[in-house]
Amino acid sequence: MSETIANGAVSADPSARYYVREHHPENGTLLGFWLYLMSDCLLFAGLFAAYAVLGRNYAGGPSGAELFELPTIALNTAFLLLSSITYGFAMIASQRKNVKATIIWLGITGLFGLAFLTLEIQEFMHLIHEGAGPQRSAFLTSFFALVGTHGLHVTFGSIWLVTLMFQVGKHGLTTENKRRLMCLSMFWHFLDVIWIGVFTFVYLMGVLP
Amino acid sequence: MTMSDINLTKLIFGRLSLEAIPYHEPILIGTFAMVAIGGLALLAVLTKFRLWGPLWRDWITSIDHKKIGIMYMVLGLVMLLRGFADALMMRAQQALAFGDSAGFLPPHHYDQVFTAHGTIMIFFVAMPFVTGLMNYVVPLQIGARDVSFPFLNNFSFWMTTFGAMLTMASLFIGEFAKTGWLAFPPLSGIAASPDVGVDYYIWSLQVAGVGTTLSGVNLIATIVKMRAPGMSLMKMPVFTWTALCTNALIVATFPILTVTLAMLSLDRMVGTNFFTNDLGGNPMLYVNLIWIWGHPEVYILVLPVFGVFSEIVSTFSGKKLFGYTSMVYATVVITVLSYLVWLHHFFTMGSGASVNSFFGITTMIISIPTGAKIFNWLFTMYKGRIRFDVPMLWTVGFMLTFVIGGMTGVMLAVPPADFVLHNSLFLIAHFHNVIIGGVVFGVFAGLNYWFPKAFGFKLDEFWGKVSFWCWLVGFWVAFTPLYIMGFMGITRRMNHFDDPSLQKFFVIAAIGALIVAAGIGATLLQFYVSWKNREKLRDVTGDPWGGRTLEWATSSPPPDYNFAFTPVVHESDSWADMKANNYKRPTSGFVSIHMPKNTAAGFIISALSAVLGFAMVWQMWLPAAGAFIAMMAAIIVHTFNYKRDYYIPAEEVVRTEEAHTRLLERHV
Amino acid sequence: MSAPHNHSGHDHHHGDHGHGHEDEGHHGSLKDYAIGFVLSVILTAIPFWLVMAKVFDKSSTTAAVILAFAAVQVVVHMVYFLHMNGKAEGGWSLLATMFTLVLLVIVLAGSIWVMYHMNINMMPSMGTDVHNMQDMR
Repeated sequence: MSETIANGAVSADPSARYYVREHHPENGTLLGFWLYLMSDCLLFAGLFAAYAVLGRNYAGGPSGAELFELPTIALNTAFLLLSSITYGFAMIASQRKNVKATIIWLGITGLFGLAFLTLEIQEFMHLIHEGAGPQRSAFLTSFFALVGTHGLHVTFGSIWLVTLMFQVGKHGLTTENKRRLMCLSMFWHFLDVIWIGVFTFVYLMGVLP
Repeated sequence: MTMSDINLTKLIFGRLSLEAIPYHEPILIGTFAMVAIGGLALLAVLTKFRLWGPLWRDWITSIDHKKIGIMYMVLGLVMLLRGFADALMMRAQQALAFGDSAGFLPPHHYDQVFTAHGTIMIFFVAMPFVTGLMNYVVPLQIGARDVSFPFLNNFSFWMTTFGAMLTMASLFIGEFAKTGWLAFPPLSGIAASPDVGVDYYIWSLQVAGVGTTLSGVNLIATIVKMRAPGMSLMKMPVFTWTALCTNALIVATFPILTVTLAMLSLDRMVGTNFFTNDLGGNPMLYVNLIWIWGHPEVYILVLPVFGVFSEIVSTFSGKKLFGYTSMVYATVVITVLSYLVWLHHFFTMGSGASVNSFFGITTMIISIPTGAKIFNWLFTMYKGRIRFDVPMLWTVGFMLTFVIGGMTGVMLAVPPADFVLHNSLFLIAHFHNVIIGGVVFGVFAGLNYWFPKAFGFKLDEFWGKVSFWCWLVGFWVAFTPLYIMGFMGITRRMNHFDDPSLQKFFVIAAIGALIVAAGIGATLLQFYVSWKNREKLRDVTGDPWGGRTLEWATSSPPPDYNFAFTPVVHESDSWADMKANNYKRPTSGFVSIHMPKNTAAGFIISALSAVLGFAMVWQMWLPAAGAFIAMMAAIIVHTFNYKRDYYIPAEEVVRTEEAHTRLLERHV
Repeated sequence: MSAPHNHSGHDHHHGDHGHGHEDEGHHGSLKDYAIGFVLSVILTAIPFWLVMAKVFDKSSTTAAVILAFAAVQVVVHMVYFLHMNGKAEGGWSLLATMFTLVLLVIVLAGSIWVMYHMNINMMPSMGTDVHNMQDMR
């Protein structure tokens, strides 16, 4: 560690070894947000654990094989994956300092998210109408909780996305807004990662005998 | 009344009615009267001395980690009084209720008392205390000016406080849970507990849990990103290391509590089948998940106090801590291992020999790094020049008390032994032994140690010693009978006994509780006497104990910005290193300092979440929806505020530093 | 741990300390997203096909294979979309991720193991419902 001396003058003051006049600590927002996402990951772990334990307790009611429509799930998976790409395009546009393109790609991302949520809500309502609501059995309880929690996260992410569209439109691609775009990016991709777990562990394995 | 009238009333008021107020319970009415009188007196004082403005500006909206740390300690102290009142009531009941005498607490009341006692002590006393210490001390120890996310810090504090307020509200409006502090289903399910008690429990913890989790994120980011130049990880103070590991545990484990309580509330409110006995539910899943949270939780409570003791032992022995590296490794090992022992809380629930053996072995292994720490502290004291100031007394008391508690834990780790001792008074004695001997003694040690830094004067030594001896003696008098009765097979949570030969044990335990009560009284007296004598007890230099870490390099109390110039670190025990090398405090050349602004947003959003929690408890759907929308709006509005900082002008820094220079010169 | 600045003219970097670029390792290129997308599509399509076309006889084989595909796709997302590497945030991102992953495995495997044994021992009459819990063998 080299000497840190003020004013460029050679100082005989040995105390100068122990302080620096100006210090700018590194910004912790991206790390902090990643840590929050790790906590969210463990929240989902609890839901996955509940589904792992309860997921075959049909209580004489319908099973996944009887209820899940895999083509719809494939379509939903496509929507979410596409939304991840369009968010990526929004990030690239922001790196190129293109405010308009950023907002447009954000908007398209939001539309894919909305499509995902619409399909999911339709699926839930259909199941409830068929008497396969969350109260029917522990399997359905844990299914609705896990998939529903993911859907809630997508909902909150979409509200955040719209808010950010306004803020970027209003203030441009400032440092703070770019940081927020990065955080939402991490959030959005993280939701796609969780969805990989959901469609594999819940839907695909759920239809297996 | 038309149908729509009835529906609207139900939507607004839910289950809440005037019957929720416990008119017919004299103890509660008496308590309410005292709280009301005390509360009104407080409001009168605040108004008379025109303190509302300063209270709002300097404390409620403050994002300064020092203020927030102090507020956490105040919260912990206030809730300690409530939680201890519950303890006194339990001891009294169990000393009286034998044979024909039913005592004064019927079962439905007694059950709320022990549930509230546990919930409050863990979530609203121990957690705020350790969070408060970490919040106050860590930024100072790493040479930083605040935490990474000062607004979030304020928000976390208010979430914790409003969670506590929800629990307190249950005393006067409705009732609390009667399920024990972990609220196992099916007892906590809607069929067996249709009343609001379990809902109060759930929502208090959900609100407070958000605060705790975010505080965890905050402190990790702070320690990773904001250390002074030159402070590598292995040059950090040990307390900062334990804070880092504690907050990693918090971030990694609180989500499990959140999700498990959410599942329980879904079962209660919507009729799902996570933990029901029928339709495929499994109550043991709750027990499993809640203890996956619960075991790391106790390490969250104890790791910070291990850090406190490390600082105190080295300071009051006048020596560098022995075995810094092994202390760090021990802390990290405990952090990881704490996730591999949870089943020892329910050995008796039928998971079988292979599962029980695995967890029994891991439980024994986890005692080893703790033992290593004890040896390091002893080796630090060996050949040191030990000063038995009050912090050191608490430390020695801890070493003796906690070690015995740890040993009883290893006994319980043996599954066959646990089959006899599970849920007996032996278990109660064990965990109070480690929590009181560990966490409480550590908090009091830290309180006495860092009080002069926070307030500029030391705590009175005489009353500090009285408090210590009352706690030490009182604890052993209170809990030794419980160890004995536990061996005899006596079960926990009983409000009445048939066997009169047990009464003598409970009477001795009650006397112990009274001795501890005297200790708490002594602490309160200590605060008062210290305040009265503050000029005599003044800490002028900022380093009243001959400390070794950077917090002692600031004035007492530190200025808002902590350090006018950021320290540069070359060795661990950096302040000791600076003193050994004739460090002189800089007296000129100060520049303006970038600081975060105060904000009301944290308080407002937390208050709204408390309203939401209360409304959910009572199923007041319209107010709940309103509170939720208002919360979302408040959050979004807050994000539109981009101007969250300001600069302390250089002239003000110069004035502050020069004032401190003059103070030091007067007292040399 | 930034290098100490001592020049008085550095005031304009207060909010965003001048280290050149502010987000190490977070720059995504079009190429990264394209590769990630294509890989994800493949790693999604194959599991769907395996299940919908009932390619394997045994459920356990199918389950194991699609879980493996899921694990790989998670890594693809981490690398190509989340730009996870050992240098982001001084290695702390990766450390946090590894720690979380370990805990996730403990929570899942531990819960399944414990609950399975508890159910077998304490609810032997529950028969098929309980014994059919997925991937327990």
